[in-house]
Amino acid sequence: MAIEFSRKDMLPPLPPPVSERGAVKWARENLFSTPLNIALTVLGVLVILWLVKSALPWWLNSVWNASSLSECRAIVEASAGAGATGACWAMLRVWWSGFIFGFYPSAEWWRPILSLGLLFAALSPALFAGQKRNLTIVIAGAALFLVVALYLAETPATAFVLSMVLILGLLALAQVAPAKLLWFTLIYPALMLWLLWGGSVWLPIVGMAGFGVLYFVFRLASPFIGLAPAAGLGVVAAALWWLYIDVPVVNQLQGLLPFGIPSIDSDEFGGFLLATVIGVTAITFSLPIGILLALGRQSDMLIVKTLSVGFIEFIRGVPLITLLFTASLLLQYFLPPGTNFDIILRVIILVTFFAAAYLAEVIRGGLAALPRGQYEAADALGLDYWRAQRLIILPQALKISIPAIVSTFIGLFKDTTLVGLIGLYEPLKGITQLVRADTNWKGIYWEPYIFVGVIFFVICFGMSRYSMYLERKLKTDHR
Amino acid sequence: MAEAAKMQVSDEIAIQITGMNKWYGQFHVLRDINMTVQRGERIVICGPSGSGKSTLIRCINRLEEHQQGQIVVDGTELTNDLKNIDKVRSEVGMVFQHFNLFPHLTILENLTLAPIWVRKVPKREAEETAMYFLSKVKIPEQAHKYPGQLSGGQQQRVAIARSLCMKPRIMLFDEPTSALDPEMIKEVLDTMIQLAQEGMTMLCVTHEMGFAQAVANRVIFMDQGQIVEQNEPKEFFNNPKSERTKLFLSQILGH
Repeated sequence: MAIEFSRKDMLPPLPPPVSERGAVKWARENLFSTPLNIALTVLGVLVILWLVKSALPWWLNSVWNASSLSECRAIVEASAGAGATGACWAMLRVWWSGFIFGFYPSAEWWRPILSLGLLFAALSPALFAGQKRNLTIVIAGAALFLVVALYLAETPATAFVLSMVLILGLLALAQVAPAKLLWFTLIYPALMLWLLWGGSVWLPIVGMAGFGVLYFVFRLASPFIGLAPAAGLGVVAAALWWLYIDVPVVNQLQGLLPFGIPSIDSDEFGGFLLATVIGVTAITFSLPIGILLALGRQSDMLIVKTLSVGFIEFIRGVPLITLLFTASLLLQYFLPPGTNFDIILRVIILVTFFAAAYLAEVIRGGLAALPRGQYEAADALGLDYWRAQRLIILPQALKISIPAIVSTFIGLFKDTTLVGLIGLYEPLKGITQLVRADTNWKGIYWEPYIFVGVIFFVICFGMSRYSMYLERKLKTDHR
Repeated sequence: MAEAAKMQVSDEIAIQITGMNKWYGQFHVLRDINMTVQRGERIVICGPSGSGKSTLIRCINRLEEHQQGQIVVDGTELTNDLKNIDKVRSEVGMVFQHFNLFPHLTILENLTLAPIWVRKVPKREAEETAMYFLSKVKIPEQAHKYPGQLSGGQQQRVAIARSLCMKPRIMLFDEPTSALDPEMIKEVLDTMIQLAQEGMTMLCVTHEMGFAQAVANRVIFMDQGQIVEQNEPKEFFNNPKSERTKLFLSQILGH
């Protein structure tokens, strides 16, 4: 038998047959491949048609102008005939500010608005490290938002001008020295606390000085007693500063130079303002705590390891609701007498711990996924523990854990609705209940929940898309 | 070439190991190791798998801890003192079987990271040094790629360059060619031979007997955690003394 073969002319490439490309191929493979699939496809189409048929008129008959639910229904019946149903979005005209700001006085709305705008400016250096183009887009977007929103909120002229100077200054800084923006990120938490709760301008300044005390003590002590004890001493010194020195110093300074904005009580917070304050603060602080806990759990030092494991397992083993009740009822007993710890602050602390415990386990997974060789190579080059962690181990471990970390963040943000159970007016239950108790809107059901749901979805979807962007950007393995 | 290389060996002692023992739990991995390495010596360590040869060189920069005896590297004794350990590690370069490059950093960043953070070299100077060593291992054009984009042989040469950037006085090689395709082994060995000719003190765990014959001035054969035989390469290969060595050589050179 002849096995010899040699090709004389090469074949030109041809397009695939019609049935093997595009929508036809897709439909044939995915919708109509077997009798069962054909049946399921038909059934699916019928279900979709039924859903659209029953829900579409409700959306189409939406009413945006009415002063009560009964007026709404009358309008719907007048235009679409008796028995027709329609959404009554007119409720939002009255209640939108409740959903967004809670009971925050309308004259002071500019403060949460400014906090939100500056939040993006403060997050941008962390989210888009060193990428000038993205930094500029985010900060310019924040500036634009501030111009419009502050104008609509009838901001006092001085505050408006100062806000503009600040955000435009940040925009300029992003052009000249993007790395310096991180300093704004560091002072932002104090600025936000002051803007939202108000009071003397000296509160955030003296409060931030506590971190200065921490750093100062750490630097002074670390050559003598080593890094870890010095850090502990610094924390103790800062705690003493906040507990005993902070308040008198603020009072003195306020006596000398009385600048400030009106104080707002925590029970005036509500709606998405409350959810965002709790969510953003807890997200920001839970990540570093989670990292430290994850490293602590892997430590060779018995005490550090035991404390980390104990903390993680205890917090994870207790439902968040229990922790929230602890925050609202029990925590007062553990604090020095006379200190009145704000309820929102207490909730933030416990939500932060809760998220940190979950993050620690997520990050531990990332750490475990790294090959031993990475630790050994870092060791062999003479990097000490903290540098090896910061430069080699954590960047890779965190990258592996991004999807799970962001899931935890999304879960945390949605969990902020649980604070409704301890009497705070979060948007989903707290504010919605108020709307439904309003005599004008008694009986309204879908509209407030849909409104709240849409806003939650937009925020969570945004976080999810950002995490996908980050994964793509950090992909260096080229597999 | 081997003759010329031998002349560079000085009387200065680079590594001194006396009465060293190591256990993994109950398992006695290294048993009464005594060895002295002179500056400029190039030592090849071979032996069957599980004989403790990798563990031995990993003890020298304390990736593994020994429980008994003494290891003195460059005049610094390895104890639990972290300062001593970091000092020894920054003087001793190590090349691993699986390269262990940092996948999230570019080649250039891999090379400059330790000089910048451990040696406190200014960034620009560190980059110049890095480019010098990349040229030396013949891949300067890959500087801005990521490790994942390079072939195994290229990655191992980057790993050698990364160690050299710390200007080490001693280099440890832990089976540097075992994870490579046959075609790439040569390019890595060439780099190592070049390094040997420049007088670097080297300890190589390897089964490349050609390399041992070309550049080593001592071959150490280990089995069951002990040094069974050591000699000059020529004597070691042509006239092994112990039965165990003869058996080992007949198996690895038998085909």
